[in-house]
Amino acid sequence: MRAWDSQKKTREERVAAGSAFARGKLVSADRLAHFLEAIIRPGDRVCVEGDNQKQADLLAAALAEVDASRIHDLHMIQSGVVLPEHLDLFEKGIAKRLDFSYSGPQSARIARMLFSGQIELGAIHTYLELFARYFVDLTPQVALIAAVSADRDGNLYTGPNTEDTPTVVEATSFGNGLVVAQVGEIVDKLPRVDIPGDLVHFVVDAGKPFYVEPLFTRDPAAITETQILTAMMAIKGLYQPYGIRRLNHGIGFNTAAIELLLPTYGEKLGLKGKVCTHWALNPHPTLIPAIEAGWVERIHSFGSEVGMEDYLRARPDIFFTGPDGSLRSNRAFSQTAGLYACDMFIGSTLQIDLNGHSSTVTPSRIAGFGGAPNMGSDPRGRRHPSEPWLRAGLEADPDGPAPLRRGRKLVVQIGETFGEGNAPLFVEKLAALELAEKLDLPLAPVMVYADDTSHIITEEGIANLLLCRDKDEIEHAIRGVAGFTEIGRRRDQKMVERLRERKVIQRPEDLGIDPLDADRSLLAARSIKDLMLASGGLYRPPSKFRNW
Amino acid sequence: METLRFDLDAPKAAGGTRTLALVGVVASGNLEVLIERGGPAERCIIEVATAAHGFKALWDAVTADFVSRRAAGGLRISINDGGARPDTVSLRLAQGVRLIEEPEE
Repeated sequence: MRAWDSQKKTREERVAAGSAFARGKLVSADRLAHFLEAIIRPGDRVCVEGDNQKQADLLAAALAEVDASRIHDLHMIQSGVVLPEHLDLFEKGIAKRLDFSYSGPQSARIARMLFSGQIELGAIHTYLELFARYFVDLTPQVALIAAVSADRDGNLYTGPNTEDTPTVVEATSFGNGLVVAQVGEIVDKLPRVDIPGDLVHFVVDAGKPFYVEPLFTRDPAAITETQILTAMMAIKGLYQPYGIRRLNHGIGFNTAAIELLLPTYGEKLGLKGKVCTHWALNPHPTLIPAIEAGWVERIHSFGSEVGMEDYLRARPDIFFTGPDGSLRSNRAFSQTAGLYACDMFIGSTLQIDLNGHSSTVTPSRIAGFGGAPNMGSDPRGRRHPSEPWLRAGLEADPDGPAPLRRGRKLVVQIGETFGEGNAPLFVEKLAALELAEKLDLPLAPVMVYADDTSHIITEEGIANLLLCRDKDEIEHAIRGVAGFTEIGRRRDQKMVERLRERKVIQRPEDLGIDPLDADRSLLAARSIKDLMLASGGLYRPPSKFRNW
Repeated sequence: METLRFDLDAPKAAGGTRTLALVGVVASGNLEVLIERGGPAERCIIEVATAAHGFKALWDAVTADFVSRRAAGGLRISINDGGARPDTVSLRLAQGVRLIEEPEE
């Protein structure tokens, strides 16, 4: 007779083994590696919580200290490969296989380890996609998570950086797995309960807060005139004509420039209340001036941002906050919001090819995807209409019968034609393809596919790919905004001019923008200090951004 | 340091009466552009001293585009380049031409 509760029994055995190191649910931090050896088994699927923001850093370090002769061949299933310890696991033989989403700061090392075969790669996912797999074929047996505080029953307060925690716990705990939380402190009464204690099996008092990276802070002082020009073009050439109210921004300097131009340039164009009212967005400090000027009605966030906590608490009409007053973020819900409830995604990339595919892979770096491909894609399951969505659909398919014509999400790539180190944005062949060949991957890591991309903005102009009718037109729409890159210099000028007549390509002058007006005086804040002042002192920038 | 010299056809003569204009700064990713009057009215001479080697083809393209779009005839231009991107070079050149056209204060 088959036993139908073998996983639950296994979990009970693990909890019993782990309890030898605990008083109640509380595990002491000084024997963590031994505790982990007691609850983890070789070959387990393990999630160490961490993404592009928060990190279960204490538990990640402890896992890297376990005895590899006892714990080995782990299958790591986690949003972020961000801390050195995440990769030490593979060097030490503790882990073998990896399914992940984002690897920002470890992008060079993970590339080397993949090339040398030290890591067996499952796949690189978007956040939402990996979350989905937690509930289908990649349910963790053990999740090592991070929270701000816990009470003695294991109830958790995750604070403003809730992020992935509810999703990881939901899949692991209800999927018969074991949940271990590191917390900054143990308290008698939590400010609010983000995770109910009966889903949490062990709690470790780390004695300090978990690590959070201020990834979404862009210093206005570093914004260039060219970035301001692209931002002016985005506002006047896309936000205004389409009437984009619901959107998500990437984290680059071009989109930071857009945020800082809303209260100045946007105001002059009379766009307040007509664009940029509802967002799926982390609390970008560069959005403070627009919020303060009354542009924004609602923001739902994937995570928080270091230094923004008091500001968020003071603006509960705008941000989602708990009964304790602090932000409640949730990556899975915000990614869903970005996918289904936004009419535009606009972000930057490192390479765009002549089809319009884009990627952030370079020959020596694999940064993963994070959430961009999810936000930067046209959701085929969308069913509710909106003006921008219908208008974009009409541009893409003018002959289709209106009631049966799908709308289109605007998916916009914005950037300068040359990036860091004078590397061209436009290339014949994506480095992602070379990577796929080198690693024998069945699928190249493309960030945003061409058929999802609606527009490309550079300092030279806006290319509207929705209006292109064939491959040749797409190629020349791209060459026509590729500036002085080789791709741009090899254009057929006549073809580009024909596309310009049809507004497939629009130059700054076609939009009534003089590039010489792109001046830093247009920025609503020109430094981090300006942002702090705009917030009335509520924004407290982390020290690495304080240069005064 | 690589030096490049371009002696270009410049169909549009520079306007204004200022004798010189200076824009930009020498810094990494930026450049200093000094514009002076002198030389034939239908030519523009551009001398570049650049920290970034091997980008002559790009300078060819950027300077050719500049003289075709801006009123640069009769100008001598000296560029001190700290490895600026082409878009920044174009922008500084355009800013320089605009400045030399402005009336003296």
